[in-house]
Amino acid sequence: MKVLKTQPKSITTEGTKYCPGCGHGIVLRLIGEIVDELGLREKMILTAPVGCAVVLYDYITCDVIECPHGRAPAIGTALKRVHPDKFILIYQGDGDLAAIGAAEIIHAANRGENMSVLFVNNAIYGMTGGQMAPTTLIGQKTTTSPTGRCVKGMGKPIRVCELLSSLEETKYLERTSVHSARNINKTKAAIRKAFVNQINGIGFSLVEILSMCPVGWRLSPRDSQSFIEEQMTDYFPLGVYKDTD
Amino acid sequence: MATENKKVLMKGNEAVGEAAIRAGCQCYFAYPITPQTETPEYLSRRMEEENLVFLQAESEVAAINMVFGAAAAGVRVMTSSSSPGMSLKQEGISYIACAEMPCVIINVVRGGPGLGNIEASQADYFQSTRGGGHGDYRCIVLAPNSVQESYDMTVQAFDLADYYRMPVFIQSDGIIGQLVEPFVMGPYTPMFDELPPKEWALTGCAGREPNVIRTLFLNPPDGLEKQNVRLYEKYDRIEAEQQWYEDYNCDGAEVVIIAYGCASRIARSAIKTHNGNGSKVGMFRPKTLWPWPKKRLIEIAENNPKVKFLVIEMSMGQMIEDVYISLMDIVPKSRIAFYGIGGGWHPTPDSVYEKIQEVLAE
Ligand SMILES: Cc1ncc(C[n+]2csc(CCOP(=O)(O)OP(=O)(O)O)c2C)c(N)n1
Ligand code: SF4
Ligand SMILES: [Mg+2]
Repeated sequence: MKVLKTQPKSITTEGTKYCPGCGHGIVLRLIGEIVDELGLREKMILTAPVGCAVVLYDYITCDVIECPHGRAPAIGTALKRVHPDKFILIYQGDGDLAAIGAAEIIHAANRGENMSVLFVNNAIYGMTGGQMAPTTLIGQKTTTSPTGRCVKGMGKPIRVCELLSSLEETKYLERTSVHSARNINKTKAAIRKAFVNQINGIGFSLVEILSMCPVGWRLSPRDSQSFIEEQMTDYFPLGVYKDTD
Repeated sequence: MATENKKVLMKGNEAVGEAAIRAGCQCYFAYPITPQTETPEYLSRRMEEENLVFLQAESEVAAINMVFGAAAAGVRVMTSSSSPGMSLKQEGISYIACAEMPCVIINVVRGGPGLGNIEASQADYFQSTRGGGHGDYRCIVLAPNSVQESYDMTVQAFDLADYYRMPVFIQSDGIIGQLVEPFVMGPYTPMFDELPPKEWALTGCAGREPNVIRTLFLNPPDGLEKQNVRLYEKYDRIEAEQQWYEDYNCDGAEVVIIAYGCASRIARSAIKTHNGNGSKVGMFRPKTLWPWPKKRLIEIAENNPKVKFLVIEMSMGQMIEDVYISLMDIVPKSRIAFYGIGGGWHPTPDSVYEKIQEVLAE
């Protein structure tokens, strides 16, 4: 028998509290693999968001700070200024980054902080039970948009990569997805690039990852994958938005 | 780091900046607001000269979170603001207090509520001493009444913050911050023989178990309760160890004025005129607003059973609640008078003098 993959060493063995079919778990695994491959575990400081990934420190065995909702880019800025030689990983959800923390991410990006940001966009507030997020699609039903999000009064979903791409100090922006094996592989390559950029001192890198939230979406795990394939990627096109290395 | 005793002339807001550098502050994050902007202006130049981190943040919310990050990274860090900006910092301060991260926060208080005005005020007493942010926590609050004290207390604030692992406030105001006075810029003399090592700092987990800085306590179910108890045991210790005050002429006084910061200087001028006229007026000046120096005040009241108290504040009456609480078992409220001015305005020596006369005549 040939061992193809093992559990990444930097990931704890207890398992996560993510729901079945959740995209966060896939992103976690990818982080673990890349952290192992690049030997980053003992050099890194991770910021945990407020959202379903809040207890990331239970899953990854590295130094972690749990941030107030949306403030990770400010905290990460200070961590990097104090420890320029350490690897700073910012992990945020869409409510965290694009709603309450919109100012912090825009200004960290604008300053060109040499950090790697993983932005997990599941178009919903997962942790609080499925409320509308700034990334919720038009027509998408949530507990606070029960008849579906409408443009009038709620605006259109925010496209973070496009928004940040106008800031000249952002160096690498890519949108990927974890709804299929092929896309997971692409996501891994993108995360890796964002990490390597920081190590090489390139500057601000962000990977926006479209991610399933079956529980918040009230869909089966399989239908959640289709929701990304058929609807999310339509409004949030996958691809590289900025690459200036 | 300079070690000489140097006499210099500076604004209060600049003195706190220089004090931070002398105390080994590595990072400073802030957002401009009157009447504290001289601190970021001064530090933008000085931090660069010293090769330290100065960053003008996009908001007070971001600034306080940068403070959280730098403190977690294990270095001495400071921010400064004035009242409306302090309101924005409260979320972060609650997290920092819970995570027990050492930092120094300067509040150059101005008139409020709302945008208020840009004059000196003491109307943020409740905010600083009662928490301000959510949850069960306290911060040490030092109240200077001169440029010298602004400098000295800022240096000490860094030691207190590291020693007790918590945020320490300097509660200044628009007058103390803007005042230009000569003062002695002494070398950094540590308050404590030893400071606890920052073993919890985030530095990458090479050769040790990972460090986690967190404020969420879901598991076990009583985790948060235990954290609350732990914090309060620390706060009790601080109440026993750090009640700072100055008293002046209190023994045998007919009236004891209770005032802090700028108000105490105005009161002091009025007392001078008064005592020239024969009657005996003293003053009790809290230098820590939390912990409130009640032990000494109780002593004064007990030594002098007929004494009347006159609380003077540049607010509608906030510290007076601590006076009532401290004296509730020994002095009836009828013997505690209040004279306060809101609106970012301040009493004058003459108006205080008149108020003393009134209290004496009652
Ligand atoms: C200041 C503040 N406001 C609101 C909340 C409640 N809250 C917790 S998680 C969350 C939404 C998180 O959504 P997102 O960032 O998209 O993360 P997800 O759970 O979807 O991964 C909210 C609103 C909070 N913890 N703090
Ligand atoms: S609520 Fe959604 S985002 Fe949160 S763990 Fe469950 S599936 Fe994942
Ligand atoms: Mg979300």
